[in-house]
This record gives sequence, C-alpha cells and structure tokens, in this order.
Amino acid sequence: MSVAVESIARPRLVAEGAGVGVSCRGVVKDFGDGQTRLRVLHDIDVEVMTSELTLLVGPSGCGKTTLISIIAGLLDPTAGDVELFGVRQSKLRGRALVDFRAANVGFVFQQYNLLPALTAAENVAVPLMILRQKRSTALEAAREVLAQVGLGDKADSRPSQLSGGQQQRVAIARALVHGPRLLVCDEPTAALDAHSGRTVMELLRQVAVEPDRSVIVVTHDSRVLELGDRTIEMADGSVVAPGVESPRHSEVA
Amino acid sequence: MRWIAWKMLTGDRAKYLGTVFGVAFGVLLIAQQTSIFVGIIGRTASQIVDVREPDFWVMDPYTQNADDIKPLAASDLYRVRGVEGVEWAVPLFKGQVRARTSTGHFWQSILIGVDDQSLVGAPPKMLQGDVADLRRPDAVIVDEIGYRLLWPEGQIELGRELEMNDRRAVVVGICDVSSPFFTFPVMFTRYSLAMGYVPPQRRQMSFVVGRVSKGFDQEEVLADISEQTKLVAYDDDQFFWTIIGYYLRNTGIPVNFGITIALGFIVGAAIAGQTFYLFTLENLKQFGALKAMGLANPRLVGMVLLQAAIVGIVGYCLGIGMTAAFFEFTADLNPNLRGLYLLPQIALGAAATVVVIVIIASVMSLRKVLVLEPAVVFRG
Repeated sequence: MSVAVESIARPRLVAEGAGVGVSCRGVVKDFGDGQTRLRVLHDIDVEVMTSELTLLVGPSGCGKTTLISIIAGLLDPTAGDVELFGVRQSKLRGRALVDFRAANVGFVFQQYNLLPALTAAENVAVPLMILRQKRSTALEAAREVLAQVGLGDKADSRPSQLSGGQQQRVAIARALVHGPRLLVCDEPTAALDAHSGRTVMELLRQVAVEPDRSVIVVTHDSRVLELGDRTIEMADGSVVAPGVESPRHSEVA
Repeated sequence: MRWIAWKMLTGDRAKYLGTVFGVAFGVLLIAQQTSIFVGIIGRTASQIVDVREPDFWVMDPYTQNADDIKPLAASDLYRVRGVEGVEWAVPLFKGQVRARTSTGHFWQSILIGVDDQSLVGAPPKMLQGDVADLRRPDAVIVDEIGYRLLWPEGQIELGRELEMNDRRAVVVGICDVSSPFFTFPVMFTRYSLAMGYVPPQRRQMSFVVGRVSKGFDQEEVLADISEQTKLVAYDDDQFFWTIIGYYLRNTGIPVNFGITIALGFIVGAAIAGQTFYLFTLENLKQFGALKAMGLANPRLVGMVLLQAAIVGIVGYCLGIGMTAAFFEFTADLNPNLRGLYLLPQIALGAAATVVVIVIIASVMSLRKVLVLEPAVVFRG
C-alpha cells in the first residue's frame, strides 16, 4: 500500500537545507514565574530529517510532549529557535503561525481526537475545511485518503463503530489529507494492541518516505522502536541521544 | 466550519434536546406567566373595553377603578351634554347584584345598565337573541359563561327567569363578553330596569359616556368637560390605564407574577446556560484538536455562537409553540383561562430574553474555548 497524498493549493514552503526538515537550536522551555518557575527543556539541539520516521523516546516527564508541542507551533519556546523547512517558526506569531500550522503540520493524537458526531470521511475532511476548501471537494479528497490507508469501506462509519486501530488510521488519514510536510504523532500506538500498533507504525513509515516530509513519533512503546529510522532519546528535559540511526535504517540504506 | 458546528451540536441527540428544552421551558415559563399576568390585569378593565361606542367616560374625580365607583348625580348627565363639542352623552350603570334562579342557585353578578333609548353599552357580540330584545319587559342579556354558572345543567334556553332584588328578570339573549376579573355572570339590562335591580340610593349613575362631535378636538373637549363639571373625563385608553394602574399599585398580582417570571428567566438561563456550558466543556478536547489543526479563534467563536444561536432559535420556537398550544387547548377546558392568550409583544419580549440567555451561555462557554491551549490535545 502506498500513501501518496496530493498537496493542497496553499503555497508550499521551499526547503533551504535539503534533508533537514526540522531544526531546533538551543530550545529552552520554562513553565511558571519567579520561584515557581520550572525549566522542562534545557538547551535542546536536534534535527529531524526528511523522508524518515524519527522516534522521540524517553521516560515520562522528560519533556517529549513539550518538545513536540514547540516543534508543532502549539507552544512558544522560552528561548531558542525552531526552523521548519527553512521557516523560523518560532518567530511566527498570531494568524501567521496558525495558518502556517494549518498548511504544514499534521497531527496524530494518542486518543485519536476524532469528532464523534462525524463519519470517518467527514473527520478526515476537517483539515481541508479549516483551509476553506468546499465541503464536497474536501469529502472527495477524504475518501481517497481513507482508501489509501485501507479504510475505503469505512468512510461512512462513525468513530464509535470503528476499532481502536481503525480510528487511529482515520486519524492518520486526517493528518495527511492536506499534504503536510511535518507529521507529529503523540503515542499513536499506546492505546492499541500489538497487531494494530504495528499496522499503524507501518503506515507511518510509508508516509515518511515521501520526499520533503518529516514524521516525528513520540512513543513509549518498546514494540515499535525497531520501526523508526532514527531515534532521539530524551531524559530530564535534555536530549541524551540526538538522532541515532536504527539498525533497520542502516539495512534499508 | 458551520456545518461541523451543526454536526457537533446535534451529534448527541439527548444532549442537544436537553439544551434545547432548557431554553424551551424557560420561554414557556416566561411567556405563559407573562401572558396570564397581562390577561388577568386586562380583565380588570374588561367591561370598559367591551363598550365601544363612546369616545369618553365621565366619572367622579376620585374614581380609581371600574369596581369601586362613587355614583354621579342625575343632573351631571345634563351638565356633560351641555359642554360644547359633545355630540351625545348617555348614562351607564355598572354595579354588582345577587341573581337567584328558580332552582335556588344564586351568584353575585355584574350588572350593566345601558341607555334605554340608544342601548349604548350593550354587549358587542350576541350568541343568541338580539340586542334590541333588551327593550322587552324585564329583559336581561347574560353572558354565556355566566349562564352556565347560573344554570349548570341542560341546554341554553332563552326565556328563563331570574330574581334580582326581589324583582323578576327574563333572559332574552346570550352574549359573549371579555372575561371579567372575577368569575361572575355579566348581565346587561336597560338603565331604568337596572335602577330597580339594585338597592335604592340617592345617586346611582356610575358613568356618563358619550362621543365628541366631528370637527372638535377630543382632548380639548375632555378638558372642557372636566373643567365645567368638576368631574373627570377620560378617553377609553386613559380610563383603561387608570384601572390597570390601580390594580398594579394596590394588589400583589404584579409582585407574584413578577417573581414567577423572574424564576422562569433564572431557571431558563440556568438550564440552558449550564447544559450548553457542559456541552462545550465535553467538547473542549475536540475544540483543542481543531485549534491545533489550525482553526483560528474567530472561527471557533463563530462555531460556538452558531451552536448557541441554533439552541436559542429552536428552543424559542418550541417554547413559544408550547405556550400558544397551552392557551389554545386550555381556553375551552376552563372558563378561568378563557380570554388569556399569547400577545405578539410577549412573544417578542420572550425572544429578547432568549437572546440574553444565549449570550450568557455563549460567554460562559467562549471563555473556556478562547483560553484553551491547543497543546491540551497532547495530554492523554
């Protein structure tokens, strides 16, 4: 199965550094003020390559979620720079940041976060509607992407009628439908059984081979570690291994 | 995104209906209680409203309502007729008398004595018989509901006899009148006969009613009547509001209904506000996901406002429909509810109230949505 998702009409950014999708330089994040201030990220320097599936691993509370939130533009760093495909995202503000995120970032959440009132196809069409595409056009594109993730026959099913693995695949289709260059996945296999988890990770691997696309997966799931191309390991708010190639990646290369 | 907002709102039917019915019951309480209040207060002047021929009413200056009247002297009629600009003026009696039937039933009744010659003041709508029959000996016309009170059994029959103040009266017609404040029979008879049906007093004329000649300014003529007779002359509207004002000031009706209406507002706002707020709270994660995916705050606000507007409009229509249905179906069930109906002004007022309720509910919900950090979606 191949996942080839057409780009949306919104102008794409031109990557300056080929091969490097995401670059974090000296990223620091503090929560709270004064005496209650807590530093959760310490001077993070990492790069996420394009056409790769990068795993972000580490124990609970080490700052993985905070880091991907900053990379995805959901949180502002206290200090440092985040560059996505040549754009200094950490300098974008307000509407520009929201529009940038809408066009260039796709999300896969641990709890899927599908709208229960919408069918699978309608859920997948949401990012396109956010980008102001017509509903009929968006639904048509959504059905195509659903077929590509192997859920063409479930397009009219509601999330409650789907298994956890199927819901996560719908969520992946939703994350891909507008052709984002960065896919951020937060524990996508945590709520799934081994088989479904592996299916989802295989799907993400296929997605990641697209040129000019980076996929970051935050995971605790030791069952899927072998499926990543590169692993960034964090501990206590710092990166302890900034991008170790997995054996599998070496084999593929 | 309007379509998504609609789907999110109606996706869970039970919650959607719960929110809508919160508004609907609020509207029902407010509109129904306000309508009953307006209807009951309006009944205090119902006999005045039913007299349509005259332009003005002349009475003792201290008269405050149509049930507590200081009678005028017979000569006052001629003094009013003598004012320039008065086309015609006739006496009108309004009082209460105990009426007894041959079966022994008796009811305190409202007696209207209309002018013997012109029959000005006669009932505006006859159901059986004719107004002209009032000219027959001992003739009275009784309103339909009053007739049922006096003769609870059997069909309506003309020719039945009554006794008032030891004098015979014969029912010659059945009429329809605006419901009185108290559920008493309303009887119409000639002025001269009415004088015999009530205990004798030195002065017995309740009002002088009349019309202003064409070409004269009504306000000026009324002022002249007041000045020249030292009585007070009101037009229909002034007299109506004088009576209403008296009951509003001197009874507990407005306070009691006001409390109920306020409770309706509070209950409606609380139910609708709380259910809508909970609905938003339950969907906060979904709103967070939409925000993370790039939906800007103004569009999220638009979604919440649209949802609130739908709840408000549907709830209002249901509530107003239930109010109208209540009055439609209860009017024939109970004479006490007859003549009470939903006024357009009350429907508009209820709409304004719903707007306030919806704004309260939206503001409560929007606060949560606007301060929502999109990163919340990453917290399992």
